[in-house]
Amino acid sequence: MKKKLLAVLLCAAMTASLAACGSSSSSSSDSSSDTATEETSEDTEEAEAAEETEDTAEASAASDITIGVIYVGDENEGYSASHINGVAAAAEALGISSDQIIEKTNIPEDETCYDAAVDLAEQGCDIIFATSFGHEDYLFQAASEYPEIEFCHATGYQAASYGLDNVHNYFDYIFEARYVSGVVAGMKIQEMIDNGEITEDEAKIGYVGAYPYAEVISGFTAFYLGAKSIVDSVTMEVKYTNSWADISLENETAQALIADGCIMIGQHADTTGAPSACEDAGVYCVGYNIDMTSVAPSVALTSSTNNWEVYYEYAISCVLNGESIATDWAAGYAEGAVLITDLNEDIVAEGTQEAVDAAEAALKDGSLHVFDTSTFTVDGEELVDETYVYDGYYHESELASAPSFAYIIDGITEK
Amino acid sequence: MNHKEPLVRMKKRSTVSLKQAVLVRLVAVLLSLVVCAVFIVIVTQQNPLQVYAGIVDGAVGTGRRAWVTVRETVVLLLIAVGLAPAFKMRFWNIGAEGQVLMGGLASAALMIYLGDLLPNVVLLVIIFVASMLAGLIWGYIPAFFKARYNTNETLFTLMMNYVAMQIVTFCIVFWENPAGSNTVGIINSASQKGWFPSIAGNSYILNVIIVLIFTVLMYFYMTYSKQGYEIAVVGESQNTARYAGINVKRVIKRTMMISGAICGLAGMVTVCGAGHTISTSTANGRGFTAIIVAWMAKFNPFFMVLISALLVFMQQGAIQIATQFGLNKNASDIITGIILFFLIGCEFFINYELEFRKKQKEA
Repeated sequence: MKKKLLAVLLCAAMTASLAACGSSSSSSSDSSSDTATEETSEDTEEAEAAEETEDTAEASAASDITIGVIYVGDENEGYSASHINGVAAAAEALGISSDQIIEKTNIPEDETCYDAAVDLAEQGCDIIFATSFGHEDYLFQAASEYPEIEFCHATGYQAASYGLDNVHNYFDYIFEARYVSGVVAGMKIQEMIDNGEITEDEAKIGYVGAYPYAEVISGFTAFYLGAKSIVDSVTMEVKYTNSWADISLENETAQALIADGCIMIGQHADTTGAPSACEDAGVYCVGYNIDMTSVAPSVALTSSTNNWEVYYEYAISCVLNGESIATDWAAGYAEGAVLITDLNEDIVAEGTQEAVDAAEAALKDGSLHVFDTSTFTVDGEELVDETYVYDGYYHESELASAPSFAYIIDGITEK
Repeated sequence: MNHKEPLVRMKKRSTVSLKQAVLVRLVAVLLSLVVCAVFIVIVTQQNPLQVYAGIVDGAVGTGRRAWVTVRETVVLLLIAVGLAPAFKMRFWNIGAEGQVLMGGLASAALMIYLGDLLPNVVLLVIIFVASMLAGLIWGYIPAFFKARYNTNETLFTLMMNYVAMQIVTFCIVFWENPAGSNTVGIINSASQKGWFPSIAGNSYILNVIIVLIFTVLMYFYMTYSKQGYEIAVVGESQNTARYAGINVKRVIKRTMMISGAICGLAGMVTVCGAGHTISTSTANGRGFTAIIVAWMAKFNPFFMVLISALLVFMQQGAIQIATQFGLNKNASDIITGIILFFLIGCEFFINYELEFRKKQKEA
């Protein structure tokens, strides 16, 4: 009984503070950002309602649009940070104020994502993005309830088969950037061979992978092929952490790879765990998402990374112009959607910049294909795949935006 | 002056009137809100009233948000209800997390393998039984070893959590979609088999009904049944219990079976009633949070409703203040921590009163 009363009083106190806040913000002239957001979303709802009654599906102005984004992490985690920056840059380019963006961070891959998506829809968002692989089911579940809102999911694969017009997948040709970062690694390995530090047979790359499925396999294969384009004798050993972001596990995995004789470390995992291990061991490494030179200044060569702004600008302007968004979207060097971070000039091999420029130019003009079937074999034979392989290369991320290349090619061992 | 009397003396209160108890707790809550406000102003330079308003808005600001808060509250409540008899018996069941996971795993497995074979009602009844059985087994194992070999139940139940997590990880290998991604995704999203049906257009009514039934049952079990009394006696003193002719070992095993079964059922409510998936984070730490709920409510199931509502309220509000003010989840954890600190701390002032040194003696 006592605690019930307590709860009532607590509620009363909360309500009182709410009321106090409401009155203070309405009376004060300099309303803070949160009230502005609320007002904006209300305005948008009204605008939408008006639009519906007039039945005019005309293009909306940049000042009317509201954008919702669901992140698996927050600005402290590299992958989400790259999306946060991409959204912000796209909004700035399109003249959309930050009040019109409602961002939900640290949303796990469960029903919380559905709750978040529905909540964004109810706040009047016109387009909602979710960025993590496991968000897809929950985002599209919400999409089925709000057919007038566009739902876009990064790294997913179900949009084309889901049977809804308002769901979309997007990804970048990150394998292109991984290939180029592989060229950087290859140049360094070649230099080590030329200097007599290692023999050609000792040219073994270690790769810290997250999960053993297509997105990761496609990535390390591209990285390996980039290195192999410089040093033909190179081999690679892959170990999985079974986690997207586990700093201590990635550190230990990198140490294990180094103990196995790897002289270069690549990664498809979101933290700085592997580069830290490389810095301690004095082994060169190539990172992902962010520049790793802050934790590994003497060994980090470069990182492959996405420029998500390209997609966000595309998708949002589609909504603004009343155009439909591609069900599957993917782009690479040609559109500026992927890149490698600045080369660590102090340690990269001589001529690396030229090799990178050449590879990038060839990728842009289409003369170079990462998964060129003449450059690798699977079980000793050239790859045959009726769906994806034609014109001499594997058409990665073209039929659907999510990577599909799941072959373990010769020269790579999984452990 | 022979010896100096201390400035403040503690004195045990003999009786506490309802009015006093409520007053102390009210003052504690108000003080905690003031301290939180100071924290918010110093760290974030935000208007604390607006941050509080953001929390309220995030938790109950719209009908949908309120229902999400209710859904999360009842799951936490159900686990706390399950833990209450174990803790009242002074059996430190730190293993609710694992018991929930096993219940959830049984639910997910049945949804996957029997989803196409049975009508939904039959399937749900089977899942109901199976999830409780799974939790029961997970609770019985440490109880058996406690009763037979007097093993340390705190460590044992804690370790069982990790075993449960590994079993879930193992099963995900078979159920993951697409292969290698380590996610199961929504199970039966098209057929909705094994999902709690909507009642009156609301998907979460059944969650509430199940949890409230068990909360009431647990209240009567603990308060009025002979077994409930035995639990209380064993918790106070095992020797007394033995002297009174209570079979302590049997009570331990029986109580942990009940405790585990209810936690297993919480796994079903989570999987069938909310997430429709299974992962190692399905229990999401609720098994530990529920311990706070059970203890703060002094094992009274009705007080647990209030405590779990408060905790979930803050947790749901956190998502909103993260969006509005860029304060991430840690900010809300700090606020929740401060409120809990004051609420637990005020128990001292309910049990003791402070006596100040009298003026005339000083003169």
